[in-house]
Amino acid sequence: MPGVETKPPVTIVYLGKRYDEPLPLSYAEKPIFDKGIQGARLIIKEANQAGRFVGNSFQLVEAIIPPNGDIVAKAKEILAKGDAFIIADLEPKDLIAVADLPEAKNSILVNIRASDDSLRQEQCRSNVFHIIPSYAMRADALAQYLIWKKWPRWFVVHGNTPDDQDYVAMIKRSAARFGGKVVAEKAYDLPPGARNTDSGYQQVQGQIPMVTQQAPDHDVVWVVNSDNGFGDYLAYRTYLPRPIVGTQGLQAIAWDSSYTEYGAMHLQDALPKLAKRAPTERDYTAWLGGRALTDGVMRSGKLTPSEVKAYLLSDQFRLEGFKGQAMSFRPWDHQLRQPIILGGGTRVPVSVSPQEGFLHPTNVTDTLGFDQPETKCKLP
Amino acid sequence: MTRIMIAAAGALAALLFSSPSFATTIFVSNEKDNTVTVVDADTLQVIDTIKVSRRPRGVMLSPDFKELFVAAGDGDTMDVIDTNTLKKTRELDSGPDPELMAIDQEGKKIYIANEDDSLVTIMDIKSGDVLGEVPVGVEPEGMTVSPDNKYTVATSESTSMAHIIDNASMKLIANVLVDSRPREAKFTPDGKELWVSSEVGGTISVIDPKTWKVIKKISFEVPGVRPEQLQPVGMDFTKDGKQVFVALGPANRVAVIDVASKEVKNYILVGQRPWHGEMGPDGKKYFVANGLTNDLTVIDVQSQKAEKSVPVGRLPWGVAIMPGKPQAAADDKKS
Repeated sequence: MPGVETKPPVTIVYLGKRYDEPLPLSYAEKPIFDKGIQGARLIIKEANQAGRFVGNSFQLVEAIIPPNGDIVAKAKEILAKGDAFIIADLEPKDLIAVADLPEAKNSILVNIRASDDSLRQEQCRSNVFHIIPSYAMRADALAQYLIWKKWPRWFVVHGNTPDDQDYVAMIKRSAARFGGKVVAEKAYDLPPGARNTDSGYQQVQGQIPMVTQQAPDHDVVWVVNSDNGFGDYLAYRTYLPRPIVGTQGLQAIAWDSSYTEYGAMHLQDALPKLAKRAPTERDYTAWLGGRALTDGVMRSGKLTPSEVKAYLLSDQFRLEGFKGQAMSFRPWDHQLRQPIILGGGTRVPVSVSPQEGFLHPTNVTDTLGFDQPETKCKLP
Repeated sequence: MTRIMIAAAGALAALLFSSPSFATTIFVSNEKDNTVTVVDADTLQVIDTIKVSRRPRGVMLSPDFKELFVAAGDGDTMDVIDTNTLKKTRELDSGPDPELMAIDQEGKKIYIANEDDSLVTIMDIKSGDVLGEVPVGVEPEGMTVSPDNKYTVATSESTSMAHIIDNASMKLIANVLVDSRPREAKFTPDGKELWVSSEVGGTISVIDPKTWKVIKKISFEVPGVRPEQLQPVGMDFTKDGKQVFVALGPANRVAVIDVASKEVKNYILVGQRPWHGEMGPDGKKYFVANGLTNDLTVIDVQSQKAEKSVPVGRLPWGVAIMPGKPQAAADDKKS
């Protein structure tokens, strides 16, 4: 571009590990092994389109290690080159291990994968920013809608992974905050039905009513099954005819395959051109995390992670991501405040939270998740 | 004999009705219905509903008012409607996903924002030949041509810039960073300022065309309305150029700004989620389309009061207004 000063290129690192992906219950639904990275590739392409007008350019380094790989060693190799902008597609333990490296002190890690609440609470880190909603935010987003619907009695059926345990705890927190009630909790411990064989149908058809029979009267079944072993079996099979919400059924998610509002068709159309498939929630969080970093560089005019971090936490930072309002980071735990879509199990989104009537003195989106007075995060 | 007389009288009546000084016609694109609603501005009656290609958004009249251009994003085309017969006469090969367009002051060239391809396509209006393509930022939307015909401005929603194209060379000469999600660009009627609305940023950037620098940012404040709902989109200057009417989307209001002082003077409550409007040809009324209430609000410019609302199609988006009445409407009345 004539008259524009060309600045040195900025590197964005995508740091990930090939964890076991939970398989869809149906063979017809193909498992996806490139969630996230495709969103990152898209935003780097777009950031370069924008960057040429202001003299910025970006390159993506893809550092995705095998399931048994050493994430700390990989991170050290990256950080040996200096402070880094990192899109972190990592589970909580790996994320903390990288964030706590002394050489990562002045880097920025954007968490696009882990919803674990302890990462925003006791285990918060000043070099970590969270794009993906926490389980507390997801539970609050659904709870507000259920209260608005006057469906306050929830029967929780859950698995037992660490993610499941966190989510269940957050449902109870939401019940206490918004006037809902967990009428019963049931750990689903029956052997999972075979992936849709003939006998699988029969087994499931008999199992689910039994599992859901003993609960006191309830308005919805709130299923918490993050590894997808049984949650999709609940709909239409419960003892009482009740809607399913949670990790299956109606879900609180940052991105939905049917979401089209506020320019969202741009991402719905652009990602399949690159990835030959529809965008997933993690593609969106990777895209948005990459956008926070590249926008931060272009708008602040700075090139180092510590300078850009100051900008990300300033009042000037207003992130656009198809949610109809500018998004920003909560200064107390670095969580991105954002509207949350209620959809996932439906062909059109059902709603977007926060719901009407849930008020907050400064930011209505802060009714979702841990607000400043409740935070256990102590950032320096 | 009598029948011929009646027909002749009908033709005469039609001539009178189509006289520009007596009537005004409003066109509203309905994004979800794939139609354009035609409204008689005097009676506020719907005259016709024209079926168009999929997902119509931007609508614009040629400077001679003979043709209406409708950008149909999912149809990947630009429908051209004869404003007299209200029939689609042709389509322009606009390139994929056209959203908004601008026509030069002479009515010779049309500038189309191709949202999907991050391009501005420049086309000869008559022949439909592509004269040039200018790569701009991601998701171009707002388009406008300067009053002196020298420049065309495109805003890119994702990149958040106003891109200035020199019309003679069809090259970019400046790229101005504005606040998030710029939706519309308009020059003041005297051409001395360029105004750009940023929907998510919640501001209007006023740019000096001599330097292409932002000289002022205007923001909005309404008691009881959350700041994130104050999202400026469509901007329309009054005929005297002294005021601008700004549709504020989810705030359900139209703001009135004094152009000289750049101060917001008034907020007018309208239907839900107004995005685009248009001034009537005599400058006395302002018509704004409300996306979520599926209607058009009529505002009196002098008193700044919302007077009436007219139901249109689903998800109304853009508004275009011409002096005069289509012949087709007069024919309908006659039969």
